[in-house]
Amino acid sequence: MSLVQLTLHEAAEKLRKAEFTAVELAEAVYERIAETEPRVGAYLTLAHDKALEDAARADEMLKQNRRGPLLGIPLAIKDNFLTKDLRTTCASKILSDFIPPFDATVISKIRSAGAVIIGKTNLDEFAMGSSAENSAFFPTHNPWNLERIPGGSSGGSAAAVAADECTAALGTDTGGSIRQPAACCGVVGLKPTYGRVSRYGIVAFASSMDQVGPITKDVRDSALLLEVIAGHDPADSTSVNSTVPAYSDMLAGDINRVRIGVPKEYFVSGVAVEVGDAVRKAIGELEKQGAMIEDISLPYTEYAVAVYYVVATAEASSNLARYDGMRYGYRANARDLLNTYTLSRAEGFGAEVKRRIMLGTYVLSAGYYDAYYLKAQKVRSLIKQDFEAAFRRCDVIATPTAPTTAFRLGEKIKDPLQMYLSDVCTISINLAGLPALSLPCGFDRDGLPIGMQLIGKHFDEATILRVAHSYEQSTPWHRLKPKLQD
Amino acid sequence: MNYESIIGLEVHAQLLTQSKIFCGCSSQFGREPNQNTCPVCAGFPGVLPVLNKQVVEFAIKAGLASHCTIATSSILARKNYFYPDLPKGYQISQYEVPICTGGYIEFEIDGALKRARLTRIHIEEDAGKNIHDAHGTASLVDLNRAGVPLLEIVSEPDMRTPQEAGAYLRALRQLLQYLSICNGNMEEGSFRCDANVSVRPQGSEAFGTKVEIKNLNSFKAVEKSIEFEVERQRDTVSEGGKLIQETRLWDEHREETRSMRSKESAHDYRYFPDPDLLPIVTNGDWIDEVRAGLPELPNIRKARFIKDYALPAYDAELLSGRRDVADYFETAIAVHANPKAIGNWIIGDLFRVMKERQLDEQLYIAIWPVPPEHLAQLVELIEKDKISGKIGKTVFETMLGSRLSAQEIVRERNLEQISDDRSIETAVERVIAANPKQVAQFQSGNEKVFGFFVGQIMKATQGKANPQKVNEILRKSLKRRVTQPDT
Repeated sequence: MSLVQLTLHEAAEKLRKAEFTAVELAEAVYERIAETEPRVGAYLTLAHDKALEDAARADEMLKQNRRGPLLGIPLAIKDNFLTKDLRTTCASKILSDFIPPFDATVISKIRSAGAVIIGKTNLDEFAMGSSAENSAFFPTHNPWNLERIPGGSSGGSAAAVAADECTAALGTDTGGSIRQPAACCGVVGLKPTYGRVSRYGIVAFASSMDQVGPITKDVRDSALLLEVIAGHDPADSTSVNSTVPAYSDMLAGDINRVRIGVPKEYFVSGVAVEVGDAVRKAIGELEKQGAMIEDISLPYTEYAVAVYYVVATAEASSNLARYDGMRYGYRANARDLLNTYTLSRAEGFGAEVKRRIMLGTYVLSAGYYDAYYLKAQKVRSLIKQDFEAAFRRCDVIATPTAPTTAFRLGEKIKDPLQMYLSDVCTISINLAGLPALSLPCGFDRDGLPIGMQLIGKHFDEATILRVAHSYEQSTPWHRLKPKLQD
Repeated sequence: MNYESIIGLEVHAQLLTQSKIFCGCSSQFGREPNQNTCPVCAGFPGVLPVLNKQVVEFAIKAGLASHCTIATSSILARKNYFYPDLPKGYQISQYEVPICTGGYIEFEIDGALKRARLTRIHIEEDAGKNIHDAHGTASLVDLNRAGVPLLEIVSEPDMRTPQEAGAYLRALRQLLQYLSICNGNMEEGSFRCDANVSVRPQGSEAFGTKVEIKNLNSFKAVEKSIEFEVERQRDTVSEGGKLIQETRLWDEHREETRSMRSKESAHDYRYFPDPDLLPIVTNGDWIDEVRAGLPELPNIRKARFIKDYALPAYDAELLSGRRDVADYFETAIAVHANPKAIGNWIIGDLFRVMKERQLDEQLYIAIWPVPPEHLAQLVELIEKDKISGKIGKTVFETMLGSRLSAQEIVRERNLEQISDDRSIETAVERVIAANPKQVAQFQSGNEKVFGFFVGQIMKATQGKANPQKVNEILRKSLKRRVTQPDT
């Protein structure tokens, strides 16, 4: 097996055993990138020189028998994490030349764990989208079928992992942006509980839902990466001060008597037959392994997309106000203040970002606030209560991650509403702040990966990781590789 | 028809915290532009605010001192608008649930106490400053002030005259200064005021159309602008004109208000709770702790000065006006219990020195040019006739900054008063003997020359002779000469 195909835990072990060096691994990754990237387009920026320096330093430490959970591991980072001295664009023209003066907390954590940052991956501009087509620079292609979207917004990270252009990756998830691309690309994506991982240094989209998480080749890697990035950060008031369990030590063990809830609202007409079948089959496999299956209901599910597009756009309209051409980023050539604002933003933002800013501005406006924003917050509470009630009857909820497998590039880009429905299965989880994981559970007749979503109780990432790991042990999906042919 | 004016004030008070409200930057005034900035207060992508706990403590202090209800949970909200001095495109403030509500400020007007109710006190961040005309046609932005903590204190429309507004504002400023949470400097903008003014026919219940006046940089500006505005509104209404709800700017030079923007063009700030910050939770223990740490407040202290120290109201007002002065006064009278005399020295002499040395610009003087213990000792020396009042003034001047006690100065310079009769008699006899011409004048009934003799005697004793005794002995001696003419 080539070095680039190794999982994080395999590569880490082999590095420790000195079967190869971190520099060799990093070089192998860049070779792979040189070969496949023209077809995939996962990266916006490569950090080749710095990465090889970091890899050499990791080798020094490995020689001295020093330990770091990610020592010498090549990671890809979604381009909405601030990386000191490394361009961070958010796939937007407005930040196309922005060089951050500091590292996001999560970036500091992976750096001190010894990670080698390979580059910054493509995304929908400001993480707004479900296909990575909203990038201001270029679209990313799904390694399983280059005419298909990789999902979004963390499409670049998911494609990079699936194409073996990195060992593992980090993404962000506001409404499904880790899980849906993970499902589309046949990899594992985890959105932790809101507050589990620091948001400091992540370019904000919707502050009450944004969360950082790993995109990996298997479940063990997800646990390992979560262990490194999780934890309280005094710089993020919404991060929670509770101890981080050793997730990777809690994967073993059976799932006997784990109660798995199956909500009927997630297996309805909008969900592709093949997707529903594959997920039901996967649930059957879990039952075989000892889990107890419960039929449950989450009645407010149908309002989730509407609520999300009020709350998320409201927050985004405010979060994106700082891109005004004054202190950094794109600035239009204008004669006066008003035109500097309007032209910088008109020229700097793409269509989807502008649509959401306008939507968010509208729902917060005097006279509309109560009818939209306030109402949405009330329904959001009801959606949370839905889950609270459900979790009295089960430990994990299993659903499809996305209603369909990866659609064609260009297929939905002109129809925002259809695009928004790509996140119909993932959005409620962000509204409720719960942890959820997507893992591969089969392929459709076109050979496109299907993802199953496992939703956990607040701060109970351990249980969904254990259930996912148990499933993975008995199924081949995560080991299959795309052929990457045109 | 008679019109009544209705006035409410909105005050922004910069808080004296070491650091800004949501980051660790210094909040010090007067640094080089953009020196006190970091990615957080400069609104970089990805940054998050962390609330400075001291800001909340200061808000609780202000709330308790003005009899407000402190919310057990209050919300920080975003106020959205675009301006170059506002780096994030929104100001973090409070909107629907402020930290303090209700309460009142008491102030004196025409010798009577009046109350103005408070609508609310909330915390928020200040914006930066745009600087025009400094660099050609370009405008520059200084973000040193961006993120400096503010209290916004909103009164009910309870004032009826410009004088009441001024008195309210002075009382509020004094309160914040007493609490050591704001230096109250209107010129530097650390204590800013907007006024809401309307008029209505006397006896009417309904409020008239409200006008907001901005750009008020002094107490004088507040009072004058309100006076102008009330008159303008009265004239308009009584001539049958219609007022519009608007914001007007005070022009200090032309002494008039000018329309800035109407209600129709007012911003829609799109307030909503800031998702980056948790609700501010203030439990009872914390509030009790802050309450226990509150200083005695100015009006209570003044009343106590009148009652306990038998001070005239005027003296008590001056001595309790600043917390540091009141503390000074009470430290001094603990050393020597003569409140009236010590008060006189403070009001007369210490205040002059404070002004000369611009010490009155400090919020709380900790190191005085004359320590309170030394002033007390000086008063005691005078009271016990160890030195004369006049020598006392010299001793006071010598004490300024010398850190020497009155006792030390008197001893070192040999300034102790000559009070024994024999020494004074000797001096008196000498002067009388040396000035026969003046003696003759006195004998012929010219009382004025008495002063001449006193002056000569004081000169002969370098001013140390006890003036009262000099008077007595001199009069006796001169009288003796009248009744027993020289042979």
